[in-house]
Amino acid sequence: MTLPATKDDTVTPLPFKAAPATIVPLGALRPRPIDIGAVLRAVAQATVPPLVVLAIILTVWQVLCSSPGSSLPPPSQVWTDSYELIVDPFFVYGSQDIGLGLRVLTSLQRVAIGFGLAAVMGVAIGAVIGQSVWMMRGLDPIFQILRTVPPLAWLPISLAAFMDSGPSAIFVIFITSIWPVIINTAVGVRNIPQDYRNVAAVLRLDQREFFFKIMVPAAAPYIFSGLRIGVGLSWLAIVAAEMLTGGVGIGFFIWDAWNSSRLSDIIVALVYIGLVGFVLDRLVGLVGAIVTRGTSAA
Amino acid sequence: MPAYLAIQNVGKTFTRGAATTEVLRDISLDIARGEFVSIIGHSGCGKSTLLNLIAGLTEVTAGGIILENAEVSSPGPDRAVVFQNHSLLPWLTVYENVNLAVAKVFGRTKSRAERHEWIMENLDLVQMAHARDKRPTEISGGMKQRVGIARALAMEPKILLLDEPFGALDALTRAHLQDQMMEIHARLGNTIIMITHDVDEAVLLSDRIVMMTNGPAATVGEVLDVPLSRPRKRLELASDRTYLKCREAVLKFLYERHRFVEAA
Ligand SMILES: Nc1ncnc2c1ncn2[C@@H]1O[C@H](COP(=O)(O)OP(=O)(O)OP(=O)(O)O)[C@@H](O)[C@H]1O
Ligand SMILES: [Mg+2]
Repeated sequence: MTLPATKDDTVTPLPFKAAPATIVPLGALRPRPIDIGAVLRAVAQATVPPLVVLAIILTVWQVLCSSPGSSLPPPSQVWTDSYELIVDPFFVYGSQDIGLGLRVLTSLQRVAIGFGLAAVMGVAIGAVIGQSVWMMRGLDPIFQILRTVPPLAWLPISLAAFMDSGPSAIFVIFITSIWPVIINTAVGVRNIPQDYRNVAAVLRLDQREFFFKIMVPAAAPYIFSGLRIGVGLSWLAIVAAEMLTGGVGIGFFIWDAWNSSRLSDIIVALVYIGLVGFVLDRLVGLVGAIVTRGTSAA
Repeated sequence: MPAYLAIQNVGKTFTRGAATTEVLRDISLDIARGEFVSIIGHSGCGKSTLLNLIAGLTEVTAGGIILENAEVSSPGPDRAVVFQNHSLLPWLTVYENVNLAVAKVFGRTKSRAERHEWIMENLDLVQMAHARDKRPTEISGGMKQRVGIARALAMEPKILLLDEPFGALDALTRAHLQDQMMEIHARLGNTIIMITHDVDEAVLLSDRIVMMTNGPAATVGEVLDVPLSRPRKRLELASDRTYLKCREAVLKFLYERHRFVEAA
């Protein structure tokens, strides 16, 4: 097979910026005078627009929800209701009564296990599938269907299979996030230029060497775009996964707050989840940008 | 006793589904140890295919290729290839690219320090030691090609296979690399097979020039000896009678007897 590296339009490697890899001898690093005005302007450009929009949203929300009969609390009420949760993420008042920061850490641990498994297995499975045209043809449609199943739908099956809520929760995270990793890795492997395969063949690299020295680095931009989608999905699955585990995760906190009608708490938790998801996404993106330095410029 | 490299009645037919294309038919060629042989022919006649057969990257469908009394059946570092588009791995530095080959070929027989020496020696040979920590994207096309040659030489191959190694380069860089190639060949005495489109390059570098007929089912049309003494100097040769005669013979073959016909 000498297919040209056709880009699949659903799976494109993220346009990681290749960091300039110029090597500067230490002695050459002279402290440059920093233009404070320019730095301030750049910071302002990045922060002022979102802050303005945020202020507008809060104002509109406040106005809309201030009437006595409104079903949702306005921001001012959220602030007073959940003051404790907002100002101190790490308080511990009892085994079940802890700050949202600590809850997030518990959930992150769960996501780390589920997503970690998904990443390792996804890359391994994707590599095998990408190597074989027939596996690709046979399995790709099935994966395309499975990847659209929402996390909540996996819950009953998972519970029935594991009979225990802990492993089931991790499985739900795993199964939600593995598909983009598999699919992207497979596409990346399929697009490895024939030249690299020829180099490997001439050197007689064995399977293991080929995997680590050619396949993973060559497919890295694809793999990381899969991982980035995957980590987003795994965080999306956390609420569903923790509905059944109970305990102290942020997902279960929302479920619990709903059951006791603490709407303000839910809103605060949503903000936490959003922020953490954002950070996770950026983190994987950053790691990808560092790892794929060079590859993406192939 | 067969030749160092014996290509015997080799044929290659590609099959895809019901469609078959006979690219090469009945190619026979003996190459001696230390010989520099060029293969020249029109685009698409099957030169790269022939090189890939010798490299073992594709399998022959008829005949056989024998290197030092052993049949070629799979690729290996004893037949190092310099590909048309350098094919360096972009995520490795120049040094690491050569090291990939050296670690694989000499991992057991040379110590770490010896391997380092060997890598630097080969980079020196193509004058690329100064760029050892650069990545392929940071060096020019000619430099990439030189690193590709260093990587191939570092495998200490029985045969060096070059697929239009200087094809994508400007004339000045090309001339420079041709001189370097002649020097390396003089110094190390490698057996080299080089594909080229360039008549001057073929005459300047080779001991023999293999001229291929047009495909489909291309074969060896003619083999020309180049009886020029070495070392060769391009400026002196420009008016040399033997040189001009060889050049004319190749041109005649390519443009009179086997003119390029656009395949329908
Ligand atoms: N894998 C393949 N399957 C089918 N046909 C092929 C395959 N590889 C090459 N061919 C055909 O073999 C013929 C010769 O190809 P080859 O690449 O060897 O030509 P070439 O002489 O190297 O040309 P160029 O000088 O342009 O590099 C072409 O007609 C090509 O279409
Ligand atoms: Mg070719």
